[in-house]
Amino acid sequence: MTLIKTTYNRRSFLKSSTLAGGGMILGFNWLASCKPTPEQVKNMPKEWFDINGFLKIGDNGMVTIMSPNPEIGQNVKTSMPMIIADELGVDWKDVIVEQAPLNTDIFQRQLAGGSQSIRAGWSGLRMAGATARHMLVAAAADAWQVDTSEITVDNGVISHGASNNSAGFGDMASKAATMPVPEEVQLKETSDFSIIGTDKRNVDGPNLVTGKPLFGIDIQEEGMMIAMIVHPPAFGLTYKSMDADAIKSMPGIKDVFPIDVYPDSVEKQWSDGGAINKLVAIVGESTWQCMQAKKALKVEWETSSSLESTEGHDEALTKLLNTSSKEPARKDGDVAGAFKKAAQIIERTYSAPFLAHNTMEPMNFYADVNGERALLNGPIQTPEFLEKTLASRLELPVDKIDIKMTRMGGGFGRRLYGTFGVEAAVISQKMQTPIKLVYTREDDMTQGTYRPTYKVKYKAGLDSEGNLIAWHVKGAGSNDDLLFENRFPAGAVDNYLAEKFSLESVVTTGAWRAPRSNFVAGAEQAFIDEVAEAAGKDPIEFRLELFDRAIKDPVGEPEKNDYDPERYAGVLKLVREKSGWEGSQKNGTSRGVSAYYCHNSYVAQVLDLNNDSKSPKVNKVWCAVDCGIVINPMAAKNQIEGGIIDGIGHASYSEMTFKDGQPQHKNFDTYRLIRHKEAPKKIESYFVDNGIDPTGLGEPSLPPIIGALANALYQSTGQRHYNQPFITEKSVIG
Amino acid sequence: MAKFSLKVNGKTQEVDVDPSTPMLWVLRDHLKLVGTKFGCGIAQCGACTVHLGDNAVRSCQLPVSAIGEKSVTTIEGLSENGDHPVQKAWLEEDVYQCGYCQAGQIMNASAFLKRNPNPTDTEIEDAMNGNICRCGTYTRIKKAIKNAASTSNV
Repeated sequence: MTLIKTTYNRRSFLKSSTLAGGGMILGFNWLASCKPTPEQVKNMPKEWFDINGFLKIGDNGMVTIMSPNPEIGQNVKTSMPMIIADELGVDWKDVIVEQAPLNTDIFQRQLAGGSQSIRAGWSGLRMAGATARHMLVAAAADAWQVDTSEITVDNGVISHGASNNSAGFGDMASKAATMPVPEEVQLKETSDFSIIGTDKRNVDGPNLVTGKPLFGIDIQEEGMMIAMIVHPPAFGLTYKSMDADAIKSMPGIKDVFPIDVYPDSVEKQWSDGGAINKLVAIVGESTWQCMQAKKALKVEWETSSSLESTEGHDEALTKLLNTSSKEPARKDGDVAGAFKKAAQIIERTYSAPFLAHNTMEPMNFYADVNGERALLNGPIQTPEFLEKTLASRLELPVDKIDIKMTRMGGGFGRRLYGTFGVEAAVISQKMQTPIKLVYTREDDMTQGTYRPTYKVKYKAGLDSEGNLIAWHVKGAGSNDDLLFENRFPAGAVDNYLAEKFSLESVVTTGAWRAPRSNFVAGAEQAFIDEVAEAAGKDPIEFRLELFDRAIKDPVGEPEKNDYDPERYAGVLKLVREKSGWEGSQKNGTSRGVSAYYCHNSYVAQVLDLNNDSKSPKVNKVWCAVDCGIVINPMAAKNQIEGGIIDGIGHASYSEMTFKDGQPQHKNFDTYRLIRHKEAPKKIESYFVDNGIDPTGLGEPSLPPIIGALANALYQSTGQRHYNQPFITEKSVIG
Repeated sequence: MAKFSLKVNGKTQEVDVDPSTPMLWVLRDHLKLVGTKFGCGIAQCGACTVHLGDNAVRSCQLPVSAIGEKSVTTIEGLSENGDHPVQKAWLEEDVYQCGYCQAGQIMNASAFLKRNPNPTDTEIEDAMNGNICRCGTYTRIKKAIKNAASTSNV
């Protein structure tokens, strides 16, 4: 067993009497409308005993586990408690999961982003469960007057074989709660896991299929008003004036006023990126009444900066790629010399548009703010940062601000930027009444915080044997310099040069599922396909040769290369085997391959297109993943499938364009998202079983699939794809 | 404002609202049935799907004044104990990721299976094409619909 000190954050393991505002108790009565089923009521204990900040045990052995991190659909509300439960030794059927509120005294990194919840939470969650188990064992040892080392715990039962004693968790809970928190605890061997690695269904499933109020937009509170905002219709415009009186008399409308969301005095956090400082707020009795007033309101805007257009972005990015950077991001060997010697040179440029996140649940937040305190509840990926901004904006101490998190109708990075939470608080403060701010789809889609637009230019040199001897990449993006210069093929090519540039733009951008990777992987993997073809080599063999080089004789300092070439090659070999790649390009189908490393995980994919119909359709995708230990295989596969469909959809169909600063798509009538008919018919996922601590899973399957799709499309139609969305380049899928 | 007497999930309820109010907002704001979701407001995403009689309709584009005597069924009323075959199939397949669109998907699928209890894959795709899932759970949705079709009388 692994002996581990509980120094991670000892406060986390103290009894939850330290919880601010009694965090174990659900304070917001909207949740009360989620009535427990009669069976749940029957099984509820008469008394709960707080063991530590993560869990409490009932007198009947039921265990309530707090899920610390925000749930955006990545399934942490099920998988994080599974880790605690396994170390605790409880039967999963006896576990109730509750969403924890923001509580920085107890929980670390209550953030959904970077596919890091499980990776960052792993040790702390295991320790939380193991600490509680240790205290139960200590309680039993004391009661039975035996040594703790002779006691075993399994499925909620504590046993001592020699004395023939056994007790349920419920029997020992009250005593365990009084035991000292251990200085160190033993963790399970990974081979002893009984919950981790098994299929567990989503803990919110029964509530989701029956329409229970789980989301921020579902919040209903006594005396609550609805609030909506009007933001500038273009980037580069700002609020000037309005005719509020014209709509104040409309039915149900309570007030209309401009708000300074972020006056200069506010100390902004990174999560306030994309903020629009001045907005108009409309407050009324019902959503429809507010929508009607919003339509009728006349606002005058004035120009505050340049009004940009898509053509301008495109030209400016091209111009950047035609310049040279004074300080390259990475330089190995003699690139210019190698290109001079090369037998073949291939040079290609790839591009991608801005993308909106388009979470299905539009931005919204509940706020109840008065002079004394602020209560907020809603969908937020970064509650801790929202709290900091609120403290500054509302001029309240942090301990007077309570933030609860609802389940989120999608995140994809959008809800990292909690400006809507600040807007809700400012509106509530002005009204001195509880409000729920709701964005319309149009507000949401045209607000900004987009995935940046990108361009990347690759140049590869091959010797006469088809070996890759030179690689030059230049990347540029709007407010983002795009490249990960130390990722593959850095370390696998003797002569390597990476240059990156950022284009200043007033169109706001932010992290969008698998930031940067979501474009650069597809471009790089499509380019490598073309280079392999020029080299006369099988695309998988060509990549494996490069990984072989990086394994045996890495270029540059090996620790500089931020990938493990053996694990990279491992997923490629696995997908080759599972897809039956040898002798590929079978009758009627066309296939492409791709592999990428991001969020500390490795993914390789083969995608098959069916050529039977007028336009090719995605028939099947094979996906090999190395993300270390898989907590919940059924849910892990769901993430992989979702990332693949998300990637295919956005690369094929989606884009946000601009004219005079105005977003040209405002809703799903013209902003195209992938639909049922266009999704792959089948996806098979395979995980490398290596016992390594878990790494990212919510994002890594998205980036490479775009390359696999482009490569399969080439096999099908003979056309290479360089510009997303591919639908703008003639041949169409779906 | 006008008074409407509505049959929702088997109960008759009175609301006093502007006749142009879409059923979506009558359900969510006035009847506190928030299982039906707001996604786009222009009948493009399917998150707001409910049954009007036996037909799946987009409640965001359905004014309350157009309901009349017809009965409305929402996700909350699809079954008494959450055990409609489609709901059971969704649980079995663990379909959802964020889950926000799924009430609309379930309502559309259940109305579709009532019309076509034994659909082909293509028929499922055609019938479901109006319901967007941003998380990309399409393959699981299709599997769940097939399971529901094969195991029961929907």
